[in-house]
Amino acid sequence: MFGQSILSLVIWVPILAGIVVLATGSDRNAPLARWLALAGSLLGLLVAIPLATGFDTATSAMQFVEKKAWIPAFNVFYHLGVDGISMPLVLLNSFVTVLVVIAGWQVIQDKVAQYMAAFLIMSGLINGVFAALDGILFYVFFEGMLIPLYLIVGVWGGPNRVYAAFKFFLYTLLGSLLMLVSFIYLYYQSGGSFDIQTWHKTTLGMAAQTLIFLSFLLAFGVKVPMWPVHTWLPDAHVEAPTGGSVVLAAITLKVGAYGFLRFILPIVPDAAHELAWLVITLSLIAVAYIGLVALVQADMKKLIAYSSIAHMGFVTLGFFMFNPLGWEGGLVQMISHGFVSAALFLCIGVMYDRLHSRQIKDYGGLVNRMPVFAAFFMLFAMANSGLPATSGFVGEFMVIMAATQVNFWFAFVAATTLIFGAAYTLWMYKRVVFGSVGNPHVEEMKDVNAREILLLGVLALAVLGMGLYPKPFTDVMHASVVDLLAHVAQSKLP
Amino acid sequence: MRDSLMHFAPAFPEIFVLAMVSLILVVDAAVDEDKRFIAYVLSLATLAGAAVLTVRDFSTMPVQALGGLFVDDPLSDVLKLFMYLTTAVVLVYGRDYLRVRGLYKGEFFVLALFALLGMMVMVSASHFLTLYLGLELLSLSLYAMVALQRDSSVATEAAMKYFVLGALASGMLLYGMSMVYGVTGSLALGDMAQTLADGSDLQIPLVFGIVFIVAGLAFKLGAVPFHMWVPDVYHGAPTAMTLFIGSAPKIAAFAFVVRILGQGLESQVAEWRDMLVILAVLSMAVGNIAAIAQSNLKRMLAYSTISHMGFMLLGILAGSHNGYGSAMFYVLVYALMSLGGFGMILLLSRAGFEADQLDDFKGLNRRSPWLAFVMLLLMFSMAGIPPTVGFYAKLSVLQAVVEIGYVWLAVAAVLFSLVGAFYYLRIVKLMYFDTPHDTSPIAASPDIRVIMSANGLAVLALGILPQPLMAVCVHAIGASF
Repeated sequence: MFGQSILSLVIWVPILAGIVVLATGSDRNAPLARWLALAGSLLGLLVAIPLATGFDTATSAMQFVEKKAWIPAFNVFYHLGVDGISMPLVLLNSFVTVLVVIAGWQVIQDKVAQYMAAFLIMSGLINGVFAALDGILFYVFFEGMLIPLYLIVGVWGGPNRVYAAFKFFLYTLLGSLLMLVSFIYLYYQSGGSFDIQTWHKTTLGMAAQTLIFLSFLLAFGVKVPMWPVHTWLPDAHVEAPTGGSVVLAAITLKVGAYGFLRFILPIVPDAAHELAWLVITLSLIAVAYIGLVALVQADMKKLIAYSSIAHMGFVTLGFFMFNPLGWEGGLVQMISHGFVSAALFLCIGVMYDRLHSRQIKDYGGLVNRMPVFAAFFMLFAMANSGLPATSGFVGEFMVIMAATQVNFWFAFVAATTLIFGAAYTLWMYKRVVFGSVGNPHVEEMKDVNAREILLLGVLALAVLGMGLYPKPFTDVMHASVVDLLAHVAQSKLP
Repeated sequence: MRDSLMHFAPAFPEIFVLAMVSLILVVDAAVDEDKRFIAYVLSLATLAGAAVLTVRDFSTMPVQALGGLFVDDPLSDVLKLFMYLTTAVVLVYGRDYLRVRGLYKGEFFVLALFALLGMMVMVSASHFLTLYLGLELLSLSLYAMVALQRDSSVATEAAMKYFVLGALASGMLLYGMSMVYGVTGSLALGDMAQTLADGSDLQIPLVFGIVFIVAGLAFKLGAVPFHMWVPDVYHGAPTAMTLFIGSAPKIAAFAFVVRILGQGLESQVAEWRDMLVILAVLSMAVGNIAAIAQSNLKRMLAYSTISHMGFMLLGILAGSHNGYGSAMFYVLVYALMSLGGFGMILLLSRAGFEADQLDDFKGLNRRSPWLAFVMLLLMFSMAGIPPTVGFYAKLSVLQAVVEIGYVWLAVAAVLFSLVGAFYYLRIVKLMYFDTPHDTSPIAASPDIRVIMSANGLAVLALGILPQPLMAVCVHAIGASF
């Protein structure tokens, strides 16, 4: 019955669920709000499942397409569709939303309805970002998701939350506003169309391509985030509540990387080839330098935030190798990082809920009191450092292989992450978990409860599954990646 | 007899409003203080009646009347309908506020309706004389409205400033008009456009005339560097008057600018475009940057108005139908947002307390989640963040300037709107992130709450489905030029 509008459901079910949750009002109805939010997020995941089961891996064309006139005055369409690149991201987002709702179950006691509603509405908007095939529609979702995230960081965040919320919002707005000007320019160049696939075919001069490239790079580079526009991320992560950190790391960073594949590379391929050195340099700096920065962090959330920046550097590096291995490696890395970073932030959340500290020095000897938790945490720490048989390994390995094909030194610098990543993650793990019980507070900590085991267990399965058998993921992407690469290889100069 | 009466048909709404104002003036003088609601109801009835007359005679093409002094076209009809709506909302929002301050007098209604009449004449004028007549009727009414709170020295000072600077601007405008008249030999916009299109060898006096006209218009719009009066008047006037000054007259000012520059001086676009570029960039810069430093919400919104007028000028300076259409969309959206923003101050104020400090919005989410949400929508809309209608307003004017090849101007505009986003976000921060220091319940009448909710939801609904309003603007401009 809804076969023709799966993507609309994927977008609007969470948003409507969010509005329903919001309607429960004050904290007197908090339990109701929680259950409604859980139902809404599960329903959102349920309606997204047909995307996976009905997906045709043989074609690179857009699937589940919907197209209706929206604003004829601007020639803007409500145009949705997914390909092998965006479909997994939609699923990832719908999946993470369920986790986030469960993660905030007990921790959030203040303005519960608003908290849950903000996450649900944001989830729908992010699905819209990945599914939009019209520039203005994309922009509306892309900007719209800033509003709930701003509130999440600012209302439920830590002590320095106001600063973090402003910084995050204004940083991302700066990039996206310049992108908007590029969109309008493309509208006129393409003969009056906001259709992204039409833009893929529009010929552009080198000067215009370069300027558009730079504006897009700023817009998506801030979101990824790339060095040197990454400074908002550690602040936002540290101050955000656990759920906010999970969504930030697992999903919103992917929006930036997704923009590279959907906008930058296909629309301005010549400028992308010409300026590849810039992105490669920034990515390598992110991988190596930010890895070192992560090493010296005293705050666990900050450490994982910097580790996210380093891992996303891998993604952008892979994209600018211009070969299938690099692209698929980058995409696998995106999904994997979605699982691993979500899991690590949840782990930190578990500890924070008990001790109300994120400082590494306040812990120690956790394994004595929380053995089950320590085992989970171990797995995710290993995945974060890229241990084979975890999902973290697959993407990094593919990108390093791809880089070797292009230039040995790219691969050499990128491979340092295997050392730095292991160093900062495992060192943190050692200081937090091993040794004797650090202080009396740790002595009193209780092991994970059923709800937390459920959360971490599901993610552990995902991390191991993807690490042991990544083929289903790469199969889904393959056709789209190959086709897009062929497109990007062609010059679009007039 | 009937034929000669029909000669006035295009001006029936104006005639009706004039008759009703006179009636209200007499009736209000005759009834007691406690029957003031009669004037209130009569005023709302006037607006409704005028709306009916305007809709009934909705013209699909320009109709000249009164010997070419007056024109009834889709542009004027649409703008008038929006002006009735805005004025009605102002009367509702302002009612309780004015009552507790002893300003709920017949004069308020009479002046507001006279101002409306002036605006109606302005948007329907096709002749320098009627344009000026309408403008002065509007201005004089507004001066008096600001001064209505006689015992407030701030309000009196604001009125004085408004009057002196407004009179100066009118003088400049007249001087410019006289020069253009000297060159073209006509005061009617149509004849003027014809003469200029045929070419004139008196280019230098013409350009001088245009400079004075643009300066006068910039004064009335409050564009930088002619903006000095705006913050003081917005701040000093009783908030209900500020609400009025900040909404409907902006719509009229748009019509005024488009009539003179777009219709009368259409062929001189190359001359006035560069002047408007400077005005627009300066307005966006000064408006947005100065707004950051304000701790008074009325002053902050005044500076935000200046920047919004700069954005609207972007649409006009494009000099195309698209551009005028986008500017019209912008000004209508602006009026909607401005009503909500100032209306919220009125709603939160009570006897002896003005909620016009930024700090008065602290923790509004705890006191009233719904009103905080409405204000959130309004603020994000002013900042131009989707999915609110403010985004499409910005998008359409940016599109108009990119179309004429001014990409740099679009880049400058978005950078200034980034600056602007900061102070709108600050309001959201105060409402959502901070705890209230004033926990007294919000005492607002149900009808005001309903209208405020509708106002906020309109910002969201038009953001999700902007097509109808946009189509109205495009059509009105297309059929009137």
